[in-house]
Amino acid sequence: MAQVIRTSEKISKIVIHAFFLILSLVFIVPIWVLFSISVTSDADIINYGYQIIPKAIDWGAYEYIFTSAANILTAYKVTIIITVVGTVLSTVIGAMCAYTISRPDFAYRSKVTFYMFFTMLFGGGMVPSYILMTQYLHTQNTYWALILPGMISVWNVFVMRTFFQQIPSSIIESATIDGASEMKIFVSIIVPLSTPALATIGLLQMLGYWNAWAPAMLYITEQKLYPLQYLLQTMLRNMQEIMKNIELTGNTNMIDLSNLPMESMRMAMAVLAIGPILLVFPFFQKYFVQGLTVGSVKG
Amino acid sequence: MLATQQTANVNLPENYVPKRYSAWHTFKKNWTLLCLGLPALLYLLVFNYIPMIGIVIGFKNFKYNQGMFGSDWVGLNNFKFFFQSSDAWRVTRNALGYNAFFIVSGVVVAVIMALLLYELSNKILIRFYQITMFIPHLLSWVVAAYILYAFLNVRSGMLNQWGREFLGWAKPIDWYNEPGPWIFVIPIAHIWKGVGMSALVYYASLMGIDTEYFEAASIEGATRPQITRYITLPFLYPTITILSIMAVGKVFNSDFGMFYQLPMGSSMVLPTTDVIETFTFRALQNGSMSLSTAVGLVQSIVGLCLVLFTNWVVKKINPENALY
Repeated sequence: MAQVIRTSEKISKIVIHAFFLILSLVFIVPIWVLFSISVTSDADIINYGYQIIPKAIDWGAYEYIFTSAANILTAYKVTIIITVVGTVLSTVIGAMCAYTISRPDFAYRSKVTFYMFFTMLFGGGMVPSYILMTQYLHTQNTYWALILPGMISVWNVFVMRTFFQQIPSSIIESATIDGASEMKIFVSIIVPLSTPALATIGLLQMLGYWNAWAPAMLYITEQKLYPLQYLLQTMLRNMQEIMKNIELTGNTNMIDLSNLPMESMRMAMAVLAIGPILLVFPFFQKYFVQGLTVGSVKG
Repeated sequence: MLATQQTANVNLPENYVPKRYSAWHTFKKNWTLLCLGLPALLYLLVFNYIPMIGIVIGFKNFKYNQGMFGSDWVGLNNFKFFFQSSDAWRVTRNALGYNAFFIVSGVVVAVIMALLLYELSNKILIRFYQITMFIPHLLSWVVAAYILYAFLNVRSGMLNQWGREFLGWAKPIDWYNEPGPWIFVIPIAHIWKGVGMSALVYYASLMGIDTEYFEAASIEGATRPQITRYITLPFLYPTITILSIMAVGKVFNSDFGMFYQLPMGSSMVLPTTDVIETFTFRALQNGSMSLSTAVGLVQSIVGLCLVLFTNWVVKKINPENALY
């Protein structure tokens, strides 16, 4: 009897593994396709269409990007700046606030929590924020326009708070008795004990900044401040952008336009936009499931 | 109840009055802690609370040169204009239709995936699956639009190639000019990009289950499916409830990125891809600030009522699962 159960369990496990392997393919193949197109020559694309496995590998698109597409490299720079500055600011500020509302002996705790929670329920919408950013704060065409929107996510702060609450309060109490200031407790006790939560939230914020295109669409008109995603967006919609790029970079060989890797170059840019994220992610992954206890955010 | 109160008070003197602190005293005790939270609280004040004043634009005919307060009041005209237009029906229908599907499919598919993943024990493979499930979530909607374009491009796109080769399509489908197929494209894209992440959220709550429950159950002779049905699944109910309340409360809200990026600005597919966010954004782009604000305000208020209502309902049924 026990034998029967064990074999049936084994079979069901194999079936589940097969299910997840197929699922993994479903998740990965579309991204692979981007890469595959990016290393296909435009002639092959015209003749055969997009292929999951390229007929011949041609790195022309990447060569072109790294040698002559100056605005793509500028966009990379802009994206890296806003990602680094934005992630650090939002994680530090968010974590400090999360610590404040995590302390059970904080007198204004419920008031402050509600003040934060309410912003999740109700907001003024797109236009008032737009007018605030452009008419009052004058952030058009500055880095602030790309960093400020979405800097504090109340949800993320609540996730961190939940994590901080699990730190035994006796540790904090004894530090208080020893005369440590709140800032000191936060820096030397809370932060080191909360690496998984901070890494998780840091990853989420980083992703948010790396992938952001909406702020640029609303507030940026100068091309030298286009972040990568917004440049991608304009390129996918607008071949003109590529032409402009050629003019700007002084590549005046306009007659040879047909030789330019147009289609594959767009896909190559998308690949370059994903690349760093896929490289960084595995390092964060081990923290991730640990930090992801959204179910316990309540309260 | 009374008895426990009495035992709790037993050590206190008879005329005990809890010490009351003055507001100033409380502030002095708490201000350092408050200071730590202050930057974030100020941020919310400036970027979330102050824009709420801008709601007045919805009741005005906003002109840049007259400013927010100088523009003329027009009462409810912007709201009337919106509700009398055919767009109102279109964006509401699309938002409700897609969201209803997303809520159900999101819970069902993600919970099934989480439960299946929980059955496995091979650590390396589990980690591999987790990474692949999570990868689509890492991409921006811009990149997702590129991927979709690789499938849907009329000339070189893979779906048209496959359709011709395997299904014998006589002529390629012009995906970006035909609204019909988008009622399938959008849900597939949504599931592809988000389901892995939701499944991992549920999986994370499963990790908190004490394995003693399973040992006890198998000693009692429970089979695996029974354990899953009566022990594992109930552990997910609070998470499912909370995420569903949030989702129902946001049933008029859509993912702007998805609906804006995937159709790549094609106005031909608007009948099946236009939602409130894309509508308000187009209004903002066209300079109809007041219309845009008015529509956003209706959406916000309806959303607020919905969250309060769903939470109230859940509280009536099972207070433990309520959001607040």
